[in-house]
Amino acid sequence: MDPLHQFQINPLFQIVLGGYDVSFTNSALFMVVAVALIYALLVVGMANKSMVPGRLQSLAEMAYEFVAGLVRDNAGHDAKPYFPFVFSIFMFVLIGNMIGMIPYTFTFTSHIIVTFALAATVFVFVTILALLKHGLHFFSFFMPHGAPVALAPILIPIEVISYVMRPVSLSIRLFANMMAGHTMLKVFAGFTVLMISGLGALGFVTGLVPLAINIALTGFEFLVAFLQAYVFSILTCLYIRDALELH
Amino acid sequence: MPNLLAKGRLARWSGVAGVSLVTLTTMAGTVLAAAAEHAPNAAHGGEHASGGLPQLNPANFPTQIFWLALTFGVLYHLMSKKALPRVAEVLEARQERISRDLAKAAQLKEEAEAVLAQVEQSLAGARAEALTLIGQTSAEIEANTQSRQAALTADLAARLTAAEASIASAKDQAIANIRTTSADIARDIASRLAGVEVDAAQAEAAVAAVIEERR
Repeated sequence: MDPLHQFQINPLFQIVLGGYDVSFTNSALFMVVAVALIYALLVVGMANKSMVPGRLQSLAEMAYEFVAGLVRDNAGHDAKPYFPFVFSIFMFVLIGNMIGMIPYTFTFTSHIIVTFALAATVFVFVTILALLKHGLHFFSFFMPHGAPVALAPILIPIEVISYVMRPVSLSIRLFANMMAGHTMLKVFAGFTVLMISGLGALGFVTGLVPLAINIALTGFEFLVAFLQAYVFSILTCLYIRDALELH
Repeated sequence: MPNLLAKGRLARWSGVAGVSLVTLTTMAGTVLAAAAEHAPNAAHGGEHASGGLPQLNPANFPTQIFWLALTFGVLYHLMSKKALPRVAEVLEARQERISRDLAKAAQLKEEAEAVLAQVEQSLAGARAEALTLIGQTSAEIEANTQSRQAALTADLAARLTAAEASIASAKDQAIANIRTTSADIARDIASRLAGVEVDAAQAEAAVAAVIEERR
């Protein structure tokens, strides 16, 4: 009945590598499942290479064009080489979120360490990209154009902090959304069970209320699952644009 | 859509960077996690601390980061090297086919328009020819009609004058006949009534005088 039980990491195979416990867990299993699903969608879907696409191929092409549009509109035309990166992020987060909507699965995007590692990857990637592209000129990013020089001692720390906080906000947004949604589903489901066990026959009637709320929440969770993947990728695109253009 | 996976220097670089970054993050995260592992474990004393969020249990960090790096790295490699170029290829082929078909359609349309123009031109030629033919024929008919009318008019005029002449001569003759007949009748009347024989010439002169008088 613990609503947080669903976030428990359970090792399936014990693996220890260089002194660290890197066991294959339920979290790892669903990461592998997510990658397999994405690969299957794109490779099985595109196997026929039909001129007129079938259902699966349409889905694969839709995903491609959706992310391609995202990159084009938010990261600019120079960002084309980074399209596979944004696509991988979007699909990984989206499928991770969606797998979590299936009962008895594990939502790896509800773990802060996972979302933080993804966000940190984006952060390091974007920072290295900016440094390679602009060299030391990159640091002018922290001093807004046209701002009075006198304000520099205030502005620069603010800009630096907001830049460094990017991976934190990026990861917490996704983690918090997924964890809160899943916990809420479990809590309302728990209400129904409690009412049935506590109130007997009456519980079957009153238990319908949290059940109805849960049905609505499930629909809402699907929206959140998509939206958070979208937000994560769109922010990645915006960071790439910042790195390429420096404002 | 243009090829988003143009094999440029940047594309190759980003491939290497993507994989290496995940590895880098992994290592950094693992070190952090390992450092954190010792402190809370001592405090909690147990692996499954009751009441705590499983997300905040650092014991889970290394495995999660490891498998994330591994799966995401594999995903990035599969996407950038295999899956996405294939989709791009199909989309490009379709775009190419569509633009080729469009070009073909445009060409066919142009041809049809040329044929149409040709048809219209020959139609206009035929129409002009028909018009000149009609004009020519109607002019001919007009001329013919006019000449025949003129001939008819002349003929009628000639006949009229001939008729008038014959009428005039018939009248003159009739008048002459009336004179001689009147003179004869007068002489006859004179001889019968008065028994006077009147000379023919005298009688005729008298009749002529009377006719002149009555005219």
